[in-house]
Amino acid sequence: MNIPAALKDSAVASLIALALFVPMIGLVLKGQSLNIQLLRALFVVAAVFAGRMLISMLLQSGLLGRLVEVIRKVLVYLSPVVGLVERRSFRFIGLLLVVLVAVPFLPGSSNYLIQILSLTLVYVILATGLNIVVGLAGLLDLGFVAFFATGAYGYAMLAQYAGLSFWAAIPLTAGIAAAMGCLLGLPVLRMHGDYLAIVTLGFGEIIRILLVNMIDITGGPNGISVPRPTLFGLGFTRRLEEGQLGFHEFFGLPYSASHRYIFIYLLILAFTVAAIWIFKRLREMPIGRAWEALREDEIACKALGINHTTTKLSAFTLGATFGGVGGVFFAAMEGFINPSSFTFVESAIILSIVVLGGMGSIVGVILAAMGITLLPELFREFENYRMLVFGLAMVFIMIWRPGGLLKVRRKTFARGGHGG
Amino acid sequence: MAAKADSILVTEGVSIRFGGLLALAGISLVMRPATITAIIGPNGAGKTTLFNCITGFYRPTEGRIIFRPDGRDVVLNRLPIHKIAQLGVARTYQNIRLFGQMSVLENLLVAQHHFVNHRLISGIFQTRSFRKSEAEAVEQAWFWLEFMGMEQLANQDAGTLPYGQQRRLEVARAMASRPRLICLDEPAAGLNLQESEELNQLILKLREEHGVSVLLIEHHMGVVMSISDHVVVLDHGEVISDGTTEQVQQDERVIKAYLGEEDAEELQSVTKGAG
Ligand SMILES: Nc1ncnc2c1ncn2[C@@H]1O[C@H](COP(=O)(O)OP(=O)(O)O)[C@@H](O)[C@H]1O
Ligand SMILES: [Mg+2]
Repeated sequence: MNIPAALKDSAVASLIALALFVPMIGLVLKGQSLNIQLLRALFVVAAVFAGRMLISMLLQSGLLGRLVEVIRKVLVYLSPVVGLVERRSFRFIGLLLVVLVAVPFLPGSSNYLIQILSLTLVYVILATGLNIVVGLAGLLDLGFVAFFATGAYGYAMLAQYAGLSFWAAIPLTAGIAAAMGCLLGLPVLRMHGDYLAIVTLGFGEIIRILLVNMIDITGGPNGISVPRPTLFGLGFTRRLEEGQLGFHEFFGLPYSASHRYIFIYLLILAFTVAAIWIFKRLREMPIGRAWEALREDEIACKALGINHTTTKLSAFTLGATFGGVGGVFFAAMEGFINPSSFTFVESAIILSIVVLGGMGSIVGVILAAMGITLLPELFREFENYRMLVFGLAMVFIMIWRPGGLLKVRRKTFARGGHGG
Repeated sequence: MAAKADSILVTEGVSIRFGGLLALAGISLVMRPATITAIIGPNGAGKTTLFNCITGFYRPTEGRIIFRPDGRDVVLNRLPIHKIAQLGVARTYQNIRLFGQMSVLENLLVAQHHFVNHRLISGIFQTRSFRKSEAEAVEQAWFWLEFMGMEQLANQDAGTLPYGQQRRLEVARAMASRPRLICLDEPAAGLNLQESEELNQLILKLREEHGVSVLLIEHHMGVVMSISDHVVVLDHGEVISDGTTEQVQQDERVIKAYLGEEDAEELQSVTKGAG
């Protein structure tokens, strides 16, 4: 065992810790005076030294290496499973759909489960929208949450101030979100990569800050309540509005809150299927091909007669529309929204779903959305560690499959036929 | 102007300046329809820059570029790249620019974007007219793949093709956009002798069977002399010789002034071989 090397590494780590922790926890502000408590900092530095020693020992003893080996083996066994899903993606989606439709009616289903699944589906809709912008058109958008917020608040405010119903709000809100997408697209037409990412990030924050500060209109940080959707005028709430007929009354059932959860869930499921279907079509249409061509080589794309302005704008606009619709459903399902649901972290999560799932891939995005929303719920007990595990899992997936979980399967063409 | 009457492309005193460098200094040339015009000259002569001006990538500081696709004059100087392409000017690049992660056939479909039905609603609901237009585009794509002898590669990702095939695909993609004028920037660069020979035959065939006008940048003198109808020699942004292959080969300025000993010898040997 190479002790001197381990000591050297640990010394370097402690030095860094010293530089960091002396000002951070060694200096304590008390009233007007500054207290110097070096001992506290030194204690942490000692802990860093010991920790680094331990890691060196583990590395040298090969234990850590063996652990990595085991993880790799597990992943090797997982690969064929992923491959199978990749090849049979159509069947996989069909099977998943059957399961998802059946879940609310199975014994053991609960409102909690339905609520989580609804949220998962909202993420699938959002990620599908972002998949157009990032996955197909290759435009790194870090402010996608802006459209999600537009959708949610659009519905809430249209209901509150214009008295519009859920069903009337969907197309209107989608239109507003589309306009916002176009609005964001205009100034960033000439931007790429990092610059685009920063501007879109700023856009997302501007929208959130507006929501927080326009207290008179949006309710500010206190949020705003959202009416529940109805089914052909049938309400799902216990206390119905004047002249409204309840779903349970109409069908002669006893009132149950789960009716409402199931209704919204199935509604979101239907729209998710529609969103995925539209995405699949888009990918194989001229506009989808133009997006991908733009991503691959913007210059060559223009020189083939493709108007890159309208092509880019259409990607932003359509992506934003999906985001807006996702927002309407989120609001409808929560019944109450506030700006804290629309922070940058949300943009980051949606982007992670797209990147982890595989840019442009449909099944990959569904799987990643499920992973990201369902897994943390499963490990609720480990509340404090779950973000840590979550981050580690992401790192591992990106090492294991740098292109995302699933590769995009391109349409294949057969001579004489019409493709297949 | 008489010279313009039977022409597809005319440049009148085209100049472009990059800071202190006059990369093109008053280029005037006339290109006849359905001919192969070779542009030759040493590295840095301004050949690619001329292509970039014609295809709208650069804006000339002076002069006019007139394209005459069907008898009428269109001044290209101020048009955006995609408008010029839509008028019927296609190009390839000295450094290949394919859509690497798209399949070979999809590359050819992208090239037909403004001929297919690209309305959103038709595509999402796959109306009959949409399916018909797609099928035609796919058919056209197969045609060009067959022309280039690459049918078996149709579903492969363009980026995974061997270098020589990528060069061919670039030409096929340019042709799929149904151009009247195609500008090929060193299409044979990096190809071996046989590949290069095959490509030249294809370029000849393009002109003969499809009536397209070809503007070709090529370094290999043998190729230039054997397939072009017209040769323009550039040096330091100026046209130093312009004429038929014989005229250019006998031009003292071309031989002495710029080709250098090695190239001059090569040129002589080609002349002997041809003569
Ligand atoms: N965008 C540009 N900015 C500055 N200089 C350029 C630019 N494009 C070309 N040039 C210069 O113009 C000259 C001609 O280049 P080019 O047309 O590429 O030559 P070639 O004949 O080898 O294709 C070179 O000196 C080159 O450095
Ligand atoms: Mg060049």
